[in-house]
Amino acid sequence: MKLSKRRLGTLGALVVSLSLVTSACGGSSDSGSGGGSGSGGSSGKISVTFLPKNLGNPYFDTSDKGGATAVKEFGGTYKQVGPAEATPDGQVPFINTAAQQGTKALVVSANDPKAIGSALTQAKSAGTKVVTFDSDTEPQYRDLFVNQASADGIAKVQVDMVTKQIGDSGEIAILSAAANATNQNAWIKLMKADLAKNHPHVKLDAVVYGNDDDQTSFDKTAALLQSYPNLKGIVSPTTVGIAAAARYISTSNYKGKVAVTGLGTPNQMRKYVKDGTVQQFALWNPEDLGYLAAYAAKALVDGKITGKQGDTFTAGKLGKYTVGADGTVLLGDPFVFDKGNIDKFNF
Amino acid sequence: MTRSYAAHQHPLWRRALVTREVAVIGLLVVVLVWASSAVPNFSGPLTLPFLLLDVAPILLIALPMTLVIITGEIDLSVASVVGLSSVLLGSLHQHGMSIPLAALVALFVGLLCGLFNGFLVAYVGLPSLAVTIGTLALYRGLAVGILGTTAVTDFPTRWTDLAQQWTTVGRIPYIVFPILVLAVVFGLLLHFTSFGRGIFDIGLNAEAAHFSGVDVARAKLVTFVLTGLVSALAGIDYTLRYGSARGDNATGLELQVIAAVLLGGVSIFGGRGALHGVLGGVLLIGVISSALRLENVTVNVINIIIGLLLVLSVMSTSLLAWVSALRRGIATRRGHSGSEMRRAAA
Repeated sequence: MKLSKRRLGTLGALVVSLSLVTSACGGSSDSGSGGGSGSGGSSGKISVTFLPKNLGNPYFDTSDKGGATAVKEFGGTYKQVGPAEATPDGQVPFINTAAQQGTKALVVSANDPKAIGSALTQAKSAGTKVVTFDSDTEPQYRDLFVNQASADGIAKVQVDMVTKQIGDSGEIAILSAAANATNQNAWIKLMKADLAKNHPHVKLDAVVYGNDDDQTSFDKTAALLQSYPNLKGIVSPTTVGIAAAARYISTSNYKGKVAVTGLGTPNQMRKYVKDGTVQQFALWNPEDLGYLAAYAAKALVDGKITGKQGDTFTAGKLGKYTVGADGTVLLGDPFVFDKGNIDKFNF
Repeated sequence: MTRSYAAHQHPLWRRALVTREVAVIGLLVVVLVWASSAVPNFSGPLTLPFLLLDVAPILLIALPMTLVIITGEIDLSVASVVGLSSVLLGSLHQHGMSIPLAALVALFVGLLCGLFNGFLVAYVGLPSLAVTIGTLALYRGLAVGILGTTAVTDFPTRWTDLAQQWTTVGRIPYIVFPILVLAVVFGLLLHFTSFGRGIFDIGLNAEAAHFSGVDVARAKLVTFVLTGLVSALAGIDYTLRYGSARGDNATGLELQVIAAVLLGGVSIFGGRGALHGVLGGVLLIGVISSALRLENVTVNVINIIIGLLLVLSVMSTSLLAWVSALRRGIATRRGHSGSEMRRAAA
C-alpha cells in the first residue's frame, strides 16, 4: 500500500508526541525534586499519613482521630487517606502517592498481609517509615506493628463472652470483616483452637464475611439466622459487623434469643446494650491505638528506635512503651463493656 | 489531468495539525508542563513509573476498544473479563498450576468471552450496548462466584516483579514495552491495512460497507474477540501488579477505558478516530489523575473532573461539526460555488 501523506502525517504526529511525552517526564525528573517539593521534610516537620482499611469506618475514624491528636501534639503534619472499599489493591495507590510525596511516616491498617507488601517496600526505599496498626502485614514489609492487645487475649475474651452468654453449649457463628484481613483471621484461628480445646459443647457453624461493609454484614446476619435455625450466638470480631448484626437482631424475633457479641465501639453499641440485644462486648480504645501508632512513627522517624526488640519510646500521655518480639508494640488488654459501664465512654 | 478524488479544501499542514488527536496530545503536553512546575513532587523519580503502571491496563484495553467504538459498537464487559481472568489466574495458581500456564488459560477464557459477545452482536444482530451490559454482569458474577470474597495473594515474586518493577535507566516499567509493541500492532492494523479501512467503513455506514465487499459480521466478531483477549491480558497484568486476585478487581474500569478512548478523539458514533489520539487520551487521564492525587485531591473530585473533561470533549465534536456546517451553509448561500460545483459536475 502506498504511504499517503495523511498516513505519514499520522506516523509523524505519533512519533513526535511520544518523544515529547517521554522526554518531558524523563527530563524533568532528572532535574531532581526541583518543582516545589515543599511537603517532604525540607521544613523539618514530620509528615504522617494514616491509611486505614477503608474510609467511612467509625472504628478508624476514632483511631485516626487519636493519631491526629498525637501528630498535633508533636508538631507534625497529619493526613488521612484510604479507599472506599476495604480491598488491598485499593490501598496500593495511596501507598504509592505517599512514597512520591516523600511522606516521613505511613501508618497503615493492612487489608492483606502480603498484597500491599511490594508497594510498602517501595515506600520504605523512598525513605518512608512504615508502621502497621490494628491489622499487620508480614514483618519484612513494615518497621513496627502497633497491636491493640495480644491476639490470644482478643480471641479469648470473645470466646469467653459468647460461651458464657449461651450457657457453654449450642451453636454459634462468626461474622467477620474482609476474608483476607490479617487481624480477624489471626483471631478466628485462635478462637477455633480455644473452642475446640475448652468448649466441647459449643459448635461453630460457619464463618461469614461482611467485608466491613454495613449492608453486607446486615445481609449476612439475616442469611446466617435463616441457614442455621438453632443458632444461639453470633460473634463479630469487627465493629462494623457487630453493629450491623445487632441492628438486625434488635428489630427481629431473635432479640434476646440469639446472643450478639464481639468487638464493638461503645457509641455504636449503646442503644443495643440498653435494649437488651447485646449483653457484653469488648474492645480497646481505638483512639489510644492511633495515638500510640503516631508516636511510634515519630520515634522511628527521629531515629530514636529502629523497631528491634527492647527499644523503648515515650508515647505522650500514654507513657513509656517497649518493643516486643517481631517488632510488635502492645497497647494493653481488651476491655469488656456492658450495661454497667458503657455510659462512661464516648467513642 | 483530472484527479479522480475530490481536491482537499485545506493544505496538508492544516489537515495534519488541526485534528482532534493533535488537540489531545497538545493538551497532554500543556498539562505535563503545568504539573511539572506547579504540582509538588510531580517531577520526582517515582511519578513516571507509578503513572505508567497505573495506566497500563487501561491502555491495553483501550487498543481494541478503539476498534470496537469505531465500528459503532461498544463493549462494556471488559472490566468483568479483567476480573474473571484475574480470578482464574489466582485460583489456578492456588491449585498448583504454574503462572504461565494459568495465564494461557485465562487468555483463552477471555477469548471465549469475546467470542460470545461478538457472536451475539455480529451474527445474531443484537445491540452491543444490551449484550455487553448483560455479559458485564454475567462475567463479573462468574468471577466473584469462583473465588468468593477471598483474594489470592501469594504470587511468586519473579512474576510480580515483572509487572511492578521498572528499568533503572529512564524509569520505564518493564510492562510498558510489550504494551507499546501491541499499540504499534493495533496502530498498523487500524490505519495501514484493508481490515482497518473496513472498520472505518463499517462505522460510517455498515450497509454501504457490506455492499462494498466488507464482511461486516466477521469484522465485528474480530473486534469483540480482540477486546476479550486483551482484557484477559490486562487482567493478568492487574493481578500481578497489585499482587491480588479478587473477583471484584477492576470494577468500573470499562468507564475509564471508554473515557480515554473518547477523549482521544474517537467518535462515539463510529467511523472516526485514530490510535495516537487514544494513546494521548489514556496518558492525559493518567497524568491528570496522578497530578491531582499528588495535590491531595480526593478520588471523587478526580472522577468529577475527568467526567467533565469527557463531556466537554464529546460536546466539542458536535459543537465543531455544527459550526462547520454553519460555515458551509453560509458559503453556499453566498454563491461560493467554486470547488463544490466542480465536484458535483464531475
